[in-house]
Amino acid sequence: MPLRPSFRKTSVAATLLASCLILPGIAAAILKTDPAKSSVSLVFKQMNVPVEAKFKKFSAQIDFNRAKPEASKARVDIDVPSFDLGDPEYNKEVLKKEWLNAAQFPNASFVSSAITPAAGAPAGSKFDVSGKLSIKGKTQDVRFPLSVKTEGPHQVFEGALPIQRLAFNIGEGEWKDTSMVADQVLIKFRVVGTE
Amino acid sequence: MQRYTYTAMVLHWLMALLIVGGFALGVTMVDIPGLSPTKLKYFSWHKWLGVTVLGLACLRLLWRLTHPAPPHPPGLPGWQQKTAAALHGLLYLLLFAVPLSGYFYSLASGVPVVYLGVLPLPVLIGADPALKPVLKLIHYSLNTTLLAAVCLHVAAALHHQLIRRDGVLTRMLP
Repeated sequence: MPLRPSFRKTSVAATLLASCLILPGIAAAILKTDPAKSSVSLVFKQMNVPVEAKFKKFSAQIDFNRAKPEASKARVDIDVPSFDLGDPEYNKEVLKKEWLNAAQFPNASFVSSAITPAAGAPAGSKFDVSGKLSIKGKTQDVRFPLSVKTEGPHQVFEGALPIQRLAFNIGEGEWKDTSMVADQVLIKFRVVGTE
Repeated sequence: MQRYTYTAMVLHWLMALLIVGGFALGVTMVDIPGLSPTKLKYFSWHKWLGVTVLGLACLRLLWRLTHPAPPHPPGLPGWQQKTAAALHGLLYLLLFAVPLSGYFYSLASGVPVVYLGVLPLPVLIGADPALKPVLKLIHYSLNTTLLAAVCLHVAAALHHQLIRRDGVLTRMLP
Protein backbone atom coordinates (compact mmCIF):
# COMPACT_ATOMS: atom_id res chain seq x y z
CA MET A 1 0.00 0.00 0.00
CA PRO A 2 1.60 3.36 -1.02
CA LEU A 3 2.44 5.71 1.86
CA ARG A 4 0.21 8.73 2.32
CA PRO A 5 2.04 11.88 1.02
CA SER A 6 1.88 13.63 4.40
CA PHE A 7 3.47 10.66 6.13
CA ARG A 8 6.21 10.50 3.50
CA LYS A 9 6.93 14.21 3.85
CA THR A 10 7.11 13.88 7.61
CA SER A 11 9.45 10.92 7.51
CA VAL A 12 11.73 12.64 4.99
CA ALA A 13 11.73 15.74 7.14
CA ALA A 14 12.43 13.65 10.21
CA THR A 15 15.32 11.88 8.52
CA LEU A 16 16.77 15.16 7.33
CA LEU A 17 16.47 16.66 10.80
CA ALA A 18 18.07 13.60 12.35
CA SER A 19 20.94 13.79 9.85
CA CYS A 20 21.53 17.42 10.65
CA LEU A 21 21.82 16.53 14.29
CA ILE A 22 23.78 13.30 13.92
CA LEU A 23 26.04 14.02 10.95
CA PRO A 24 27.94 16.90 12.56
CA GLY A 25 28.33 14.58 15.53
CA ILE A 26 29.83 11.98 13.23
CA ALA A 27 32.04 14.62 11.59
CA ALA A 28 33.23 15.75 15.02
CA ALA A 29 35.63 13.34 16.60
CA ILE A 30 37.88 13.30 19.61
CA LEU A 31 41.24 12.48 18.09
CA LYS A 32 43.61 10.02 19.66
CA THR A 33 46.92 11.86 19.81
CA ASP A 34 50.17 10.08 19.06
CA PRO A 35 52.73 11.24 21.65
CA ALA A 36 55.62 9.69 19.72
CA LYS A 37 54.92 11.88 16.71
CA SER A 38 53.83 14.97 18.63
CA SER A 39 55.98 17.59 20.27
CA VAL A 40 55.77 20.76 22.29
CA SER A 41 58.92 22.82 22.36
CA LEU A 42 59.99 26.33 23.03
CA VAL A 43 62.72 28.50 21.62
CA PHE A 44 64.20 31.24 23.76
CA LYS A 45 67.11 33.58 23.18
CA GLN A 46 69.89 33.96 25.70
CA MET A 47 72.35 36.73 24.84
CA ASN A 48 70.90 36.61 21.33
CA VAL A 49 71.64 32.88 21.00
CA PRO A 50 68.55 30.79 20.15
CA VAL A 51 68.18 27.70 22.31
CA GLU A 52 65.46 25.09 21.96
CA ALA A 53 63.98 23.12 24.82
CA LYS A 54 61.06 20.71 24.92
CA PHE A 55 58.37 19.40 27.22
CA LYS A 56 58.63 15.65 27.07
CA LYS A 57 55.22 15.02 28.63
CA PHE A 58 51.98 16.61 27.57
CA SER A 59 48.50 15.60 26.60
CA ALA A 60 46.28 17.03 23.92
CA GLN A 61 42.53 16.65 23.56
CA ILE A 62 41.39 17.65 20.16
CA ASP A 63 37.73 17.54 19.30
CA PHE A 64 38.08 17.95 15.58
CA ASN A 65 35.03 18.70 13.50
CA ARG A 66 35.89 17.99 9.90
CA ALA A 67 32.61 19.30 8.54
CA LYS A 68 32.65 22.44 10.67
CA PRO A 69 36.20 23.15 11.78
CA GLU A 70 35.02 26.28 13.59
CA ALA A 71 33.21 23.99 16.01
CA SER A 72 36.43 22.18 16.89
CA LYS A 73 37.89 22.44 20.35
CA ALA A 74 41.40 21.89 21.56
CA ARG A 75 43.01 21.58 24.94
CA VAL A 76 46.68 20.95 25.60
CA ASP A 77 47.98 20.19 29.08
CA ILE A 78 51.71 20.36 29.62
CA ASP A 79 53.61 18.55 32.36
CA VAL A 80 55.94 21.35 33.44
CA PRO A 81 58.47 19.12 35.29
CA SER A 82 59.09 17.33 31.97
CA PHE A 83 60.96 20.40 30.70
CA ASP A 84 64.19 19.38 29.02
CA LEU A 85 66.98 21.69 27.90
CA GLY A 86 69.42 18.81 27.32
CA ASP A 87 71.27 19.31 30.59
CA PRO A 88 69.94 17.99 33.91
CA GLU A 89 71.62 20.73 35.92
CA TYR A 90 70.07 23.51 33.86
CA ASN A 91 66.70 21.74 33.76
CA LYS A 92 66.66 21.88 37.55
CA GLU A 93 67.38 25.61 37.44
CA VAL A 94 64.52 26.37 35.04
CA LEU A 95 62.06 24.45 37.21
CA LYS A 96 62.90 26.67 40.19
CA LYS A 97 60.68 29.42 41.53
CA GLU A 98 62.28 32.26 39.52
CA TRP A 99 61.53 30.52 36.27
CA LEU A 100 58.74 27.97 35.81
CA ASN A 101 58.13 27.21 39.50
CA ALA A 102 57.21 23.63 38.65
CA ALA A 103 56.69 22.72 42.31
CA GLN A 104 53.81 25.13 42.67
CA PHE A 105 52.54 25.08 39.08
CA PRO A 106 53.18 21.60 37.65
CA ASN A 107 50.67 22.07 34.88
CA ALA A 108 50.49 24.59 32.04
CA SER A 109 47.54 24.55 29.70
CA PHE A 110 46.00 25.97 26.60
CA VAL A 111 42.24 25.90 26.05
CA SER A 112 40.86 27.09 22.75
CA SER A 113 37.87 29.40 22.61
CA ALA A 114 37.56 30.07 18.88
CA ILE A 115 38.90 28.52 15.72
CA THR A 116 38.29 30.48 12.53
CA PRO A 117 39.49 29.67 9.02
CA ALA A 118 42.40 31.88 7.95
CA ALA A 119 41.75 34.15 5.00
CA GLY A 120 43.42 33.38 1.70
CA ALA A 121 44.35 29.77 2.45
CA PRO A 122 42.89 26.58 0.93
CA ALA A 123 39.86 25.46 2.93
CA GLY A 124 40.66 23.39 5.96
CA SER A 125 44.41 24.04 5.90
CA LYS A 126 44.96 27.18 8.00
CA PHE A 127 43.12 28.57 10.98
CA ASP A 128 43.35 31.36 13.49
CA VAL A 129 43.07 29.95 16.97
CA SER A 130 42.17 31.99 20.02
CA GLY A 131 42.21 30.74 23.54
CA LYS A 132 43.60 31.03 27.01
CA LEU A 133 47.15 30.08 27.87
CA SER A 134 47.90 29.41 31.54
CA ILE A 135 51.46 29.16 32.82
CA LYS A 136 52.80 29.63 36.35
CA GLY A 137 49.40 30.61 37.65
CA LYS A 138 48.87 33.41 35.13
CA THR A 139 46.41 33.27 32.23
CA GLN A 140 46.73 35.25 29.04
CA ASP A 141 44.54 35.48 25.97
CA VAL A 142 46.49 34.30 22.97
CA ARG A 143 45.96 34.10 19.24
CA PHE A 144 48.09 32.18 16.80
CA PRO A 145 47.97 30.59 13.34
CA LEU A 146 47.41 26.87 13.08
CA SER A 147 48.02 24.67 10.06
CA VAL A 148 46.16 21.42 9.57
CA LYS A 149 47.38 18.70 7.26
CA THR A 150 46.22 15.20 6.57
CA GLU A 151 48.99 12.61 6.42
CA GLY A 152 47.47 9.26 5.70
CA PRO A 153 45.13 8.39 8.57
CA HIS A 154 46.55 11.23 10.71
CA GLN A 155 45.62 14.84 11.23
CA VAL A 156 48.69 16.97 11.84
CA PHE A 157 48.22 20.24 13.70
CA GLU A 158 51.16 22.60 13.71
CA GLY A 159 51.57 26.07 15.05
CA ALA A 160 53.83 28.51 16.78
CA LEU A 161 52.86 31.11 19.28
CA PRO A 162 55.16 33.80 20.60
CA ILE A 163 54.65 34.75 24.23
CA GLN A 164 56.18 37.45 26.40
CA ARG A 165 57.73 35.57 29.29
CA LEU A 166 57.54 38.55 31.66
CA ALA A 167 53.73 38.58 31.31
CA PHE A 168 53.80 35.16 32.97
CA ASN A 169 56.45 36.24 35.50
CA ILE A 170 58.86 33.71 34.03
CA GLY A 171 62.35 34.84 34.98
CA GLU A 172 62.11 36.86 38.20
CA GLY A 173 64.58 39.07 39.99
CA GLU A 174 67.87 39.50 38.11
CA TRP A 175 66.41 37.43 35.27
CA LYS A 176 63.96 40.18 34.38
CA ASP A 177 66.86 41.55 32.35
CA THR A 178 65.79 40.90 28.79
CA SER A 179 69.28 41.44 27.42
CA MET A 180 70.21 38.15 29.11
CA VAL A 181 67.10 36.19 28.14
CA ALA A 182 64.80 37.85 25.64
CA ASP A 183 61.20 38.56 26.62
CA GLN A 184 59.80 36.83 23.58
CA VAL A 185 59.70 33.05 23.76
CA LEU A 186 58.32 31.01 20.88
CA ILE A 187 56.18 27.99 21.77
CA LYS A 188 56.13 25.51 18.91
CA PHE A 189 53.90 22.51 18.76
CA ARG A 190 53.05 19.66 16.50
CA VAL A 191 50.20 17.42 17.46
CA VAL A 192 49.44 14.32 15.44
CA GLY A 193 46.07 12.71 15.96
CA THR A 194 44.07 9.87 14.52
CA GLU A 195 40.31 9.59 14.45
CA MET B 1 120.49 38.25 14.99
CA GLN B 2 117.46 37.60 12.85
CA ARG B 3 114.19 38.45 14.58
CA TYR B 4 110.55 37.54 14.06
CA THR B 5 108.53 39.88 11.87
CA TYR B 6 106.46 42.53 13.62
CA THR B 7 103.27 40.80 12.45
CA ALA B 8 104.42 37.51 14.00
CA MET B 9 105.13 39.29 17.27
CA VAL B 10 101.73 40.98 17.39
CA LEU B 11 99.93 37.74 16.62
CA HIS B 12 102.01 35.85 19.20
CA TRP B 13 101.41 38.17 22.14
CA LEU B 14 97.84 39.07 21.25
CA MET B 15 96.88 35.42 20.97
CA ALA B 16 98.73 34.61 24.19
CA LEU B 17 96.63 37.25 25.96
CA LEU B 18 93.37 36.00 24.45
CA ILE B 19 94.21 32.40 25.27
CA VAL B 20 95.06 33.18 28.89
CA GLY B 21 91.83 35.18 29.20
CA GLY B 22 89.79 32.43 27.59
CA PHE B 23 91.37 29.80 29.76
CA ALA B 24 90.75 31.78 32.95
CA LEU B 25 87.09 32.31 31.99
CA GLY B 26 86.81 28.63 31.13
CA VAL B 27 87.97 27.27 34.44
CA THR B 28 85.98 29.90 36.37
CA MET B 29 82.70 29.60 34.52
CA VAL B 30 82.29 25.86 34.88
CA ASP B 31 82.65 26.17 38.64
CA ILE B 32 79.78 28.64 39.01
CA PRO B 33 76.88 26.71 40.54
CA GLY B 34 73.41 26.83 39.05
CA LEU B 35 72.55 29.40 36.43
CA SER B 36 73.08 33.13 36.70
CA PRO B 37 73.35 36.05 34.30
CA THR B 38 77.08 36.25 35.18
CA LYS B 39 77.56 32.60 34.24
CA LEU B 40 75.81 33.14 30.92
CA LYS B 41 78.02 36.16 30.22
CA TYR B 42 81.21 34.24 31.04
CA PHE B 43 80.19 31.40 28.73
CA SER B 44 79.48 33.84 25.90
CA TRP B 45 82.71 35.79 26.38
CA HIS B 46 84.69 32.54 26.57
CA LYS B 47 83.24 31.41 23.24
CA TRP B 48 83.83 34.80 21.61
CA LEU B 49 87.47 34.65 22.72
CA GLY B 50 87.75 31.13 21.33
CA VAL B 51 86.34 32.12 17.95
CA THR B 52 88.69 35.11 17.81
CA VAL B 53 91.68 32.87 18.58
CA LEU B 54 90.59 30.48 15.83
CA GLY B 55 90.34 33.30 13.32
CA LEU B 56 93.74 34.69 14.31
CA ALA B 57 95.23 31.17 14.19
CA CYS B 58 94.28 30.96 10.52
CA LEU B 59 95.98 34.30 9.79
CA ARG B 60 98.97 33.28 11.84
CA LEU B 61 99.45 29.97 10.06
CA LEU B 62 99.26 31.71 6.67
CA TRP B 63 101.79 34.27 7.86
CA ARG B 64 104.19 31.64 9.16
CA LEU B 65 104.00 29.62 5.96
CA THR B 66 104.91 32.69 3.94
CA HIS B 67 107.35 34.26 6.40
CA PRO B 68 109.57 31.53 7.92
CA ALA B 69 110.66 31.85 11.52
CA PRO B 70 114.25 32.79 12.34
CA PRO B 71 116.70 29.84 12.39
CA HIS B 72 117.72 28.13 15.62
CA PRO B 73 120.50 29.89 17.51
CA PRO B 74 123.97 28.53 16.59
CA GLY B 75 125.18 25.67 18.77
CA LEU B 76 121.74 24.61 19.91
CA PRO B 77 121.89 20.81 20.54
CA GLY B 78 120.06 18.66 18.00
CA TRP B 79 117.60 17.23 20.53
CA GLN B 80 116.64 20.74 21.63
CA GLN B 81 116.07 21.76 18.02
CA LYS B 82 113.79 18.76 17.52
CA THR B 83 111.96 19.33 20.81
CA ALA B 84 111.42 23.00 19.98
CA ALA B 85 110.02 22.13 16.57
CA ALA B 86 107.75 19.48 18.05
CA LEU B 87 106.46 21.74 20.84
CA HIS B 88 105.79 24.64 18.47
CA GLY B 89 104.04 22.24 16.12
CA LEU B 90 101.91 20.98 18.99
CA LEU B 91 101.04 24.54 20.00
CA TYR B 92 99.97 25.39 16.44
CA LEU B 93 97.82 22.25 16.38
CA LEU B 94 96.20 23.20 19.68
CA LEU B 95 95.53 26.75 18.43
CA PHE B 96 93.04 25.12 16.07
CA ALA B 97 91.99 21.99 17.95
CA VAL B 98 91.03 23.67 21.22
CA PRO B 99 88.60 26.26 19.81
CA LEU B 100 87.22 23.81 17.26
CA SER B 101 86.50 21.20 19.92
CA GLY B 102 84.85 23.87 22.05
CA TYR B 103 82.76 25.09 19.12
CA PHE B 104 81.42 21.64 18.35
CA TYR B 105 80.87 20.95 22.05
CA SER B 106 78.66 24.04 22.20
CA LEU B 107 76.73 22.96 19.10
CA ALA B 108 76.28 19.43 20.42
CA SER B 109 74.86 20.99 23.58
CA GLY B 110 72.23 22.72 21.47
CA VAL B 111 73.78 26.16 21.92
CA PRO B 112 74.88 27.88 18.72
CA VAL B 113 77.46 30.68 18.88
CA VAL B 114 76.48 34.24 18.04
CA TYR B 115 79.82 36.03 17.74
CA LEU B 116 79.93 39.18 19.83
CA GLY B 117 76.20 38.76 20.22
CA VAL B 118 75.55 39.89 16.66
CA LEU B 119 76.93 37.43 14.13
CA PRO B 120 75.38 33.95 14.14
CA LEU B 121 78.02 31.39 13.25
CA PRO B 122 77.24 28.27 11.20
CA VAL B 123 75.35 25.56 13.03
CA LEU B 124 77.34 22.69 11.58
CA ILE B 125 75.77 20.06 13.82
CA GLY B 126 72.56 20.03 15.82
CA ALA B 127 72.05 19.15 19.47
CA ASP B 128 73.48 15.68 19.98
CA PRO B 129 73.15 14.20 23.48
CA ALA B 130 75.41 11.28 22.58
CA LEU B 131 78.19 13.44 21.14
CA LYS B 132 78.05 16.10 23.85
CA PRO B 133 79.99 14.25 26.60
CA VAL B 134 82.56 13.05 24.06
CA LEU B 135 83.25 16.58 22.85
CA LYS B 136 83.32 17.82 26.42
CA LEU B 137 86.04 15.32 27.26
CA ILE B 138 87.98 16.21 24.12
CA HIS B 139 87.77 19.95 24.85
CA TYR B 140 88.85 19.47 28.47
CA SER B 141 91.72 17.10 27.53
CA LEU B 142 93.03 19.37 24.79
CA ASN B 143 92.96 22.28 27.21
CA THR B 144 94.99 20.32 29.76
CA THR B 145 97.47 19.53 27.00
CA LEU B 146 97.56 23.21 26.05
CA LEU B 147 98.27 24.19 29.64
CA ALA B 148 101.17 21.73 29.80
CA ALA B 149 102.51 22.84 26.42
CA VAL B 150 102.35 26.53 27.34
CA CYS B 151 104.13 25.88 30.64
CA LEU B 152 106.92 24.02 28.81
CA HIS B 153 107.05 26.77 26.20
CA VAL B 154 107.42 29.50 28.81
CA ALA B 155 109.98 27.47 30.79
CA ALA B 156 112.03 26.84 27.66
CA ALA B 157 111.89 30.51 26.63
CA LEU B 158 113.12 31.54 30.07
CA HIS B 159 115.82 28.87 29.90
CA HIS B 160 117.05 30.34 26.63
CA GLN B 161 116.95 33.86 27.97
CA LEU B 162 118.32 33.44 31.48
CA ILE B 163 120.53 30.34 31.32
CA ARG B 164 121.70 29.86 27.76
CA ARG B 165 121.57 33.64 27.19
CA ASP B 166 121.24 33.07 23.44
CA GLY B 167 118.77 35.89 22.77
CA VAL B 168 115.98 33.58 21.54
CA LEU B 169 113.27 35.30 23.60
CA THR B 170 114.44 38.74 22.47
CA ARG B 171 113.59 37.80 18.89
CA MET B 172 109.92 37.70 19.83
CA LEU B 173 109.96 40.94 21.82
CA PRO B 174 109.08 44.12 19.94
